[in-house]
Amino acid sequence: MPKDGHIGPATKRREDLRFLTGKGRYTDDINIRGQAYAQFLRSNVAHGRIRGVDTAAAESMPGVIRIFTGKDFEGIGGLPCGWQVTDKHGQPMLEPGHPVLAQGKVRHVGDPIAVVVAETESQARDAVEAIEVDIEELSAVVDMKAAVKEGAPLVHDDIGSNLCYDWGFVEENKAAVDEAFAKADHVTTLELVNQRLTANPMEPRVAVGDYDNTTDQHTLYTTSQNPHVIRLLMGAFVLGIPEHKLRVVAPDVGGGFGSKIFHYAEEAFVTFAAKAINRPVKWTSSRSEAFLSDAQGRDHVTKIQLALDKQGHFQALRTETYANMGAYLSTFAPSVPTWLHGTLMAGNYKTPLIYVNVKAVFTNTVPVDAYRGAGRPEATYQLERVIDKAAREMGIDPIELRRKNFVTEFPYATPVAVEYDTGDYEATMAKLEEIADLKGFEARAAESKKNGKLRGLGVNCYIEACGIAPSHLVGQLGARAGLYESATVRVNATGSLTVMTGSHSHGQGHETAFPQVVADMIGIDPSMIEIVHGDTANTPMGMGTYGSRSLAVGGSAIVRATNKIIDKAKKIAAHLLEASEADIELKDGKFSVSGTDKSVDWAGVTLAAYVPHNYPLESLEPGLEETAFYDPSNFTYPSGAYACEVEVDPDTGKVTICSFAAADDFGNIVNPMIVDGQVHGGIGQGIGQALLENTVYDENGQLLSASYMDYAMPRASDVPFYTVDHSCQTPCTHNPLGVKGCGEAGAIGSPPAVVNAVVDALRRGGHDVTHIDMPLSPARVWEAMQK
Amino acid sequence: MPKVSMTVNGKPVSGEVEGRTLLVQFLRETLGLTGTHVGCDTSQCGACTVHVGGKSVKSCTTFALDCDGAEVATIEGMANADGSLGTIQQAFQDHHGLQCGFCTPGMVMSAAALLKENPKPTEAEVRHYLEGNICRCTGYHNIVKAILAASGQDISAIAAE
Amino acid sequence: MYNFDFERPSTVDEAVKALQAEDAQALGGGQTLIPTLKQRLAAPAKLVSLAGIAAMRFVKTEGGKLCVGGGTPHAVVADEAAKSFPALAKLAANIGDPAVRNKGTVGGSLANNDPSACYPSAALACGATIVTNSREITADDFFQGMFETALEEGEIITEVRFPIPQAANYQKFEQPASRFALTGIFVAKYPDGVRVAVTGASGDGVFRWTEAEKALSANFSADAIAGLSVDPDGMIEDLHGSAAYRAHLVKVLTGRAVTAAR
Repeated sequence: MPKDGHIGPATKRREDLRFLTGKGRYTDDINIRGQAYAQFLRSNVAHGRIRGVDTAAAESMPGVIRIFTGKDFEGIGGLPCGWQVTDKHGQPMLEPGHPVLAQGKVRHVGDPIAVVVAETESQARDAVEAIEVDIEELSAVVDMKAAVKEGAPLVHDDIGSNLCYDWGFVEENKAAVDEAFAKADHVTTLELVNQRLTANPMEPRVAVGDYDNTTDQHTLYTTSQNPHVIRLLMGAFVLGIPEHKLRVVAPDVGGGFGSKIFHYAEEAFVTFAAKAINRPVKWTSSRSEAFLSDAQGRDHVTKIQLALDKQGHFQALRTETYANMGAYLSTFAPSVPTWLHGTLMAGNYKTPLIYVNVKAVFTNTVPVDAYRGAGRPEATYQLERVIDKAAREMGIDPIELRRKNFVTEFPYATPVAVEYDTGDYEATMAKLEEIADLKGFEARAAESKKNGKLRGLGVNCYIEACGIAPSHLVGQLGARAGLYESATVRVNATGSLTVMTGSHSHGQGHETAFPQVVADMIGIDPSMIEIVHGDTANTPMGMGTYGSRSLAVGGSAIVRATNKIIDKAKKIAAHLLEASEADIELKDGKFSVSGTDKSVDWAGVTLAAYVPHNYPLESLEPGLEETAFYDPSNFTYPSGAYACEVEVDPDTGKVTICSFAAADDFGNIVNPMIVDGQVHGGIGQGIGQALLENTVYDENGQLLSASYMDYAMPRASDVPFYTVDHSCQTPCTHNPLGVKGCGEAGAIGSPPAVVNAVVDALRRGGHDVTHIDMPLSPARVWEAMQK
Repeated sequence: MPKVSMTVNGKPVSGEVEGRTLLVQFLRETLGLTGTHVGCDTSQCGACTVHVGGKSVKSCTTFALDCDGAEVATIEGMANADGSLGTIQQAFQDHHGLQCGFCTPGMVMSAAALLKENPKPTEAEVRHYLEGNICRCTGYHNIVKAILAASGQDISAIAAE
Repeated sequence: MYNFDFERPSTVDEAVKALQAEDAQALGGGQTLIPTLKQRLAAPAKLVSLAGIAAMRFVKTEGGKLCVGGGTPHAVVADEAAKSFPALAKLAANIGDPAVRNKGTVGGSLANNDPSACYPSAALACGATIVTNSREITADDFFQGMFETALEEGEIITEVRFPIPQAANYQKFEQPASRFALTGIFVAKYPDGVRVAVTGASGDGVFRWTEAEKALSANFSADAIAGLSVDPDGMIEDLHGSAAYRAHLVKVLTGRAVTAAR
């Protein structure tokens, strides 16, 4: 697609006007007349048997309308898991139940036991405290390796094991991989932890349930990245409400980062309770509650080994990972350490043999699911760390070692089941060397040394699989959903357009970027196009926004629907211009007959469609509205090269990020301003993971990082201005826009760069350090220097 | 219930509140000014930042009754009289200083307080001043850039587009 | 939060009277108390806000002392003490964040005696006098362990008098999440000797590092403490740092404070 017209410019965001003036409409801003408030009683122990829940005293508290316990949900469906992984023996994963309110047992601190619905939020909270719960505390399992040992306490007694699955990928290659290791000139081994993170979108989750008993119509307003998915999961699997009686609305949503993909108990609860008491019911999470109830991310413990020949060519790679599922299977949890992780282990390199083993483990902790990048950051981190370590061990420059092994010919089929359509890893690396001024590093390091600081440089590459996903493929891999996207383009009589998309914007700027695409195709001003999203009542069935898929998949659906519109409009124009349809051209919002000066403008055609006085009614329906569903034929494969420079204070271990540069290949770009913003945000989160963030439980399963007092969020002073570039562009070959997706790249590509840089700094300072587990807090870096 | 009166965005307002009613609850629930957000409960995220008596405060860590008689300014009062964006708001839009928009009201209120105290802050001063405003979307790059631009300083040298 | 009555007196006398009610509690800037109330970890029947007492908001110098009203926000101290006692002004300018500094008060900080708060180190290192509605308490007597002080029920800090040192400096090493002091060191040099107070590090709250004081009183330079070491025993150990790390920081930061002292 050409980069002129409306695709390509840094159009300012139209949604900013409401966000900047306090007129955003987030779920907590929705208040329905007569609404009651729900507050949850959550378990304060990680593992226990519920002997009794006595609500008598609480029921007589002021304002209490009704108290719900697990009993109210007996016989009602549990929260479903949307992905079934098959283990290395061909057996399905163990899939325990996930009740809306605890049935018999609590399995993590924060597990909901009962809910008070009262006239005010304070009254509900007051009454929660008056509920008496008798719990027999059981030993908790927190450590994954301990959890799979014989005799460990069982998180779920009925499934008989804490091992959800033991996955081998590709199992048939294992023997060949082992053989390659046996013959290798050099083997580098690294054990590392990709620590548990909490997504922390700044808007905590909120759910408001409403019910109309005259129509039996349920409405759920919720902080979701994918309202249709919630409607399907909750309607079909939890509450048994058919789609036509259930509307799910996700209005302005204050960030998601994956944590608002999943179907949560609180959504099902307010929907259920609204009918039960015949009043709207609202629940607003506090931040403290979010730490105990939002699905968390990452939490992998990995051993990775890389086999190389004498020249440094990668011969084989094998990994063994323990992946924490937490206490229950969250919506897409099983897919994250498997298909979103194992398939990326080739990275940017032509390693011929790869074997990935993943053991998914239940523990008495908050469930773990996708968080920005989901599986791909874990893959990238281990691969790019082991390559750095191999480079040091073999005395090869880390950039040189990477270059030596780059995939250079496309399409490239990896040994881990995916096929990269396009890429140019040498180009992004060369761009990185330029924008990060890598040549000048030694001089900067010398300057830092003069100031008593240790400077280090970390470089890495990344690749990701985005644009999730071809439905037939993910179906084979265990997905219980399709992963297409939808769009309806409604052209109004006077020529303006309303585009209804199944994608959901919670910061990505769809209201600005999608009109750029449509305006470009028709040749009209983007202000003529309005985007509607986030409401199942007025958008076609869509799968929502995650996995950097909105433009690649949702945008492609919009392109398809717009193409249908253009095709039909050309027929109308041909009729109006008394010409052959084949001779009609659309340019700059005008239909003309090629080789003549005859033309009709866009609005002339749209008006004819709705006022069909002069119209080919015998062959064409009036009106101009089209729907398209787009199911991609492959993932997209954004890639890039990142560099980080740090200074370490040798006295305190404190790491300062001096600079961060990112050279990305996202294929074609619709709005470079928005793309830059996505990369900035991803890098900020990646630096957060590398240096600051950590979700920590003690051995009893109590969450120690339960508020911002102990969970270190990145602040403005923790990060520098970033240098980002996306001028290297190898367009995707299989979607109509040639785009690849940019939402997760920053979070995937940045942690290894930071850690590589700190290890480099310490080694330059004379410390024999090969690895430090994230987060590289001052205390951890200092301790590493003491060894 | 006790009654509280104050001036919000230049308009006198009053309402009945409990002792425990926070300023942010009074703004959002009593006055319907939902532009001020709540993002945490430990006084750190700053999404609830407003001005009381011309100074930035966290409205989630201030009791409504402690603001009796005070002048309060919120994001709803930051636009120009004709409804167009104020200088700081405009700079946030021009430089893509927001994504999901949730932290944005607090960021704008903090930025306004900063530029009042320090009309030409350095990059480091801006970053230090935002210690109590957490953003999860932007990596802060464009927020800092927007504030420097709003201060009238040349930002052409700042990396990236 | 549990509900409570709210009172906002305009004089110290009225406040003292209001605090005589059963389960009444004083509210300074509320920057620690309000989050605590939100967690329902405290249940006062009445909160007495001190924010309306104009007579408790001042910064002035008197007889070689910087006198700060107990209800003075950190931001005001940061501004108004900048010339007379720059080390204290800098300490105040780095507490929390700007919005917290506009509300949080010196009296509230000292009365709470959080083991990671900044102000207690300045009060202790300066040998400040804590003035209440009923008496004067020396800093050495005032701090009595984590969250414990010499204050009686209903007693209000009306003023804090800091003897202005010849040279002083505060070094704060931030806990990465809360941005409280993981360890903070206030060094104050007086004609009769040097005082060093440590916050953030000890499970018992702020304390004086007397060995360093002795060494620095003899030779006010970072070299003077090079041979000393800090015993990690009793230091806080948590997910942000071990006891040994905190002990190490005490020494590093003390050296830096001495070098930076003006």
